[in-house]
Amino acid sequence: MEDTPLIIADRTLKSRLIIGTGKYESYEQNARALEASGAEMITVAVRRVNLTDPDQPMLVDHIDPEKYIFLPNTAGCFTGEDAVRTLRLAREAGGWDLVKLEVLSDPKHLYPDMEETLRAAKLLIKEGFQVMVYCSDDPVYAKKLEEAGCCAIMPLGAPIGSGLGIQNPVNIRLIIEEAKVPVIVDAGVGTASDAAVAMELGCDGVLMNTAIAEAKDPIRMASAMKHAVIAGREAYLAGRMPKKRYADPSSPLGGLI
Amino acid sequence: MKLTINGETQDFADGLTISGLVEALGLHPKKVAIERNMEVVPKSLHAETRLSEGDRIEIVQFVGGG
Repeated sequence: MEDTPLIIADRTLKSRLIIGTGKYESYEQNARALEASGAEMITVAVRRVNLTDPDQPMLVDHIDPEKYIFLPNTAGCFTGEDAVRTLRLAREAGGWDLVKLEVLSDPKHLYPDMEETLRAAKLLIKEGFQVMVYCSDDPVYAKKLEEAGCCAIMPLGAPIGSGLGIQNPVNIRLIIEEAKVPVIVDAGVGTASDAAVAMELGCDGVLMNTAIAEAKDPIRMASAMKHAVIAGREAYLAGRMPKKRYADPSSPLGGLI
Repeated sequence: MKLTINGETQDFADGLTISGLVEALGLHPKKVAIERNMEVVPKSLHAETRLSEGDRIEIVQFVGGG
């Protein structure tokens, strides 16, 4: 009962869970959560080095870029040009062209600016980047991003960091049905059942950060998410029973004493 | 000469290269990426790239993010 592996831009992943590396108490805790999650791909941000304290702990000293796939993001970028500039630096820092594009709008809700996201995606693809794109749960824009050449479509389940779970399963399913590239729910997962719901809808993977980092026990939650993603995927592949309006006894009615 | 590094202006000796700057700042050359006046300078060119008065330098690294 083998599942086909998740393939994103020619990279084969055994785990369908991708995790962020923000908001942890320390990089050490982050590394342990990553280990527990079984994830092979992590998102990272690009920021100025601290010149007054060059000996501050560095992410790459705790999480080995040779062992995990680093997915540099454009968090904090509000225009296509900002995103391109950030990812050019990321490509120089790491040497990877696989990136996560996110162009946000209002800091209050962190909803993606889809017009600018699409423009930025085209700029990046022209420069040879392979773009996994964070987007709204709009099937029309999701299709446009795929047609522009994005290698994975990553609709939000709920606002970033909200932990509200999948708010619009109808749209997520529509996006999945239309897409020929992997669809990964990015943002909004709060607990294990949310990840399972996303996978049961037929998503190819789930990306999360806060749900693990802000759990009381991040290491344990990372393990819970690992199992939830596997369970959700298995349930999707197994095909759920139809929902019925009335009860249907599980024991035979015949042969009663 | 004056250079603006990550938004802060500092004084450095004339003729400094990017490699020299990275060393002077106590940074690990393999763990950072450098932009000079909005253009990325590849690591292979750090040793030969001399900085000029007024250059705006950005030095970045990977940090935790979602």
